[in-house]
Amino acid sequence: MSTVYALLFIVATIVLVLGLARKIVQYAKTPAPLKIPTTPAPVTQAGVVMRMFREVVFFESLFKSTKWTWIFSWMFHMGLFVVLARHVRYFVDPVPLPIALIQPFGIYAGFAMVAGLGGLFLRRIFVDRVRYISAPSDYLMLLLLIFIGFSGLMMAFLIHTDVVMVKQFFDGLFTFSGGELPMDFALIMHLTLVVVLMIILPFSKLLHIPGIFFSPSRNQVDNPREKRHLAPWAKKLEES
Amino acid sequence: MAKAKFETPELSEFVDVPNIEDGAMAHSTCFVAKPEHQEPLNFPGERVEDWHDKAIEKMGDLLSRYRSFRVYLDSCVKCGSCTDKCHYFLGTKDPKNMPVGRQDLLRKVYRRYFTFAGKYFPKLVGAADLTEEVLDDWYSYFHQCSQCRRCSVFCPYGIDTAEISMAAREILASVGVGQKYCNEIIAKVYKIGNNLGLPGPALADTLEGLEEDVYDEDEVAVKYPLDVKGADILLVTPSADFFAEPHVDGLIGYGKVFHEAGVSWTLSTTASEAANFGMFIGSYENMRRISLRVREAALELGVKRIVFGECGHAWRVAYSFLNTLAGPFDFLDPDYPVPQHICEFTWNEIQQGTLELDKSENDDKTLTFHDSCNVARATRMGDTPGGQFDIPRNVIKAVCNNYHDMEWDTIHERTFCCGGGGGLLTDDLMEIRVKGALPRMTALQNVMNEKGVTHMAAICAICKSQFTKVLPYYGMDMYQIVSVHQLVSDAIVLNRKTPPEEAPGYGEDDDD
Ligand code: HEM
Ligand code: SF4
Ligand code: SF4
Repeated sequence: MSTVYALLFIVATIVLVLGLARKIVQYAKTPAPLKIPTTPAPVTQAGVVMRMFREVVFFESLFKSTKWTWIFSWMFHMGLFVVLARHVRYFVDPVPLPIALIQPFGIYAGFAMVAGLGGLFLRRIFVDRVRYISAPSDYLMLLLLIFIGFSGLMMAFLIHTDVVMVKQFFDGLFTFSGGELPMDFALIMHLTLVVVLMIILPFSKLLHIPGIFFSPSRNQVDNPREKRHLAPWAKKLEES
Repeated sequence: MAKAKFETPELSEFVDVPNIEDGAMAHSTCFVAKPEHQEPLNFPGERVEDWHDKAIEKMGDLLSRYRSFRVYLDSCVKCGSCTDKCHYFLGTKDPKNMPVGRQDLLRKVYRRYFTFAGKYFPKLVGAADLTEEVLDDWYSYFHQCSQCRRCSVFCPYGIDTAEISMAAREILASVGVGQKYCNEIIAKVYKIGNNLGLPGPALADTLEGLEEDVYDEDEVAVKYPLDVKGADILLVTPSADFFAEPHVDGLIGYGKVFHEAGVSWTLSTTASEAANFGMFIGSYENMRRISLRVREAALELGVKRIVFGECGHAWRVAYSFLNTLAGPFDFLDPDYPVPQHICEFTWNEIQQGTLELDKSENDDKTLTFHDSCNVARATRMGDTPGGQFDIPRNVIKAVCNNYHDMEWDTIHERTFCCGGGGGLLTDDLMEIRVKGALPRMTALQNVMNEKGVTHMAAICAICKSQFTKVLPYYGMDMYQIVSVHQLVSDAIVLNRKTPPEEAPGYGEDDDD
């Protein structure tokens, strides 16, 4: 059983890394032929970095829009971020200082994440506009994350999985020396769902993660009069 | 065409976010382009036999050429943030007029043909085949988007439905299902030089008429020159400025400003149109061809600067795209940005003190300002971000004593489109135009009631035409919409008795 999981994790990691890399290369290679930043936009590259920072860390545009969505979404993402950071300790030894420092917040983050996801799920069901635009995959994605969070919290509070053993398993995975997973229900569910998430990420709307960095309306400098912007295929038009 | 039957929405103090009514605007459509409108633009005359395959092929082509299109189709998380931001949704309740609803019409096809999930699990991810019905939906709903970019302000990834609409329209046109209104106009630009099909002699006549009008009123010979070689400034303005009300009062104003500033300027017959409908139909090639006329006119007339008149989408193409499409402009005076907006020009002159302005001339009015969508969210004026909001207001306040803004969430980057932008300014789309104006009309009514505003100024030919038509539907007066330079025109004191053209040394390299 542990070997099966070891293999699953290897496959999932390969799919995730190659899948994302393929998309990133594709985005990077596709030209943006025209200057289309949503204005007012920064007039310098440094300004664009700041704008992107505010979008990624504070969800600035979402904040301008709907406060409820923003609260739930931000709780979920920040929760997720802290929880993910906290997971680093299962994979590396010794634990880096910043990870050790956020350790105490980990539990709150876990709850915040699940609560935020719950709020988003309710919004999807009860707001008729959001219900209209939701496909089955949109609900399933939220459920998947909710169950990941839920099973994680269960291990932290109810079942108390043998963390040392888990760590040895992943250690073994990295060194290809093998290792045993503790076979309790919460952990198996948690890991299975994480594998699923890793595999679907490059094929789903989770492409918003690389997407935001390539969004021309957010990542372009507002300087079309000062600097001529020309895509390679547009240049060819000029030569013909 | 028979007047369409529909009800104008009631104005109340707030625009409530409505409950959705599926299919409420499914009947809305506009005339399809005929072969004579399609072919000059290099599109097939009528719907091609293998439209399905050709449409998918075109989509693939656009995916490889436009990063925006590709990233936006992939990235939407269906968060719903944009759903209540579109004036057309607020005015019609049709969920396919929610920005994401509109995008999904195309996204579901993208997913079906271009993504793993959509190929193998179409039901799960809401992917669908491209059918006749889907194509009809595209035609209907992508002509209910004014490409105003309001949705992109509120989307966490900046997804701009305008980009999707443009791509959809290009796909439609490339399989032979173009829109008559836009394509007919573009064909006219190629043939005659402007959207209205106003030939050179008629233009010359009109301008002469303007000179007489101004002389009769002010007894000063303000010139409205056409095709004058060696002038400093080439003015490119929307052709509606040549005769439509209130546009023409704006043109009179530009002339007076140039006159008082003591600069020589000219219009051009071949580039007698600022608007560039190539953007509306998403066609880079057509947009470029239209833009190149401006470059050619500037070269031929030997001007040093290019200034654009009051027009919203035109200013987007001018400010954001002209350098790309028709640049580089290294043959012009490097001391000035290329192109400049007439408001930038006028504001500079006001700051330098070259204009004498009598604000009391506008005391019969209390003004507000409508930020045109494409000026607000796709361009800039001046050196600092947000100059596109401040500079027109500064100009208005320099020529008027009474000014009040509309509510904060309906101006600046949050401004609502007039309802007629992006190629919808045609009578066959009257219903969507009237309903889409609801949020702007509401904000205007509020500021009229609360602050006693009497007039709304705008710097866009489409906004001006649209409001002239739509204000009466909401029980207001069509003359309440005014040009910014109409206000300037009324306040400006003409101190310079001879036009700069008659000053010594003017136009020396001109043969006649
Ligand atoms: C670059 C970092 C990221 C940014 C800026 C970002 C931003 C956002 C925003 C603004 C939303 C909309 C919230 C909403 O649903 O209303 C969202 C949704 C979502 N994000 Fe992220 N995100 C990021 C990273 C991630 C990561 C790493 C995951 C990993 C699982 C993720 C999973 C999701 C999911 C599942 C939703 C959909 C929520 C729903 O269905 O309502 N995001 N993201
Ligand atoms: S661009 Fe404007 S008209 Fe089009 S969907 Fe977005 S908000 Fe609506
Ligand atoms: S705001 Fe952006 S991500 Fe959210 S539903 Fe609209 S288009 Fe999609």
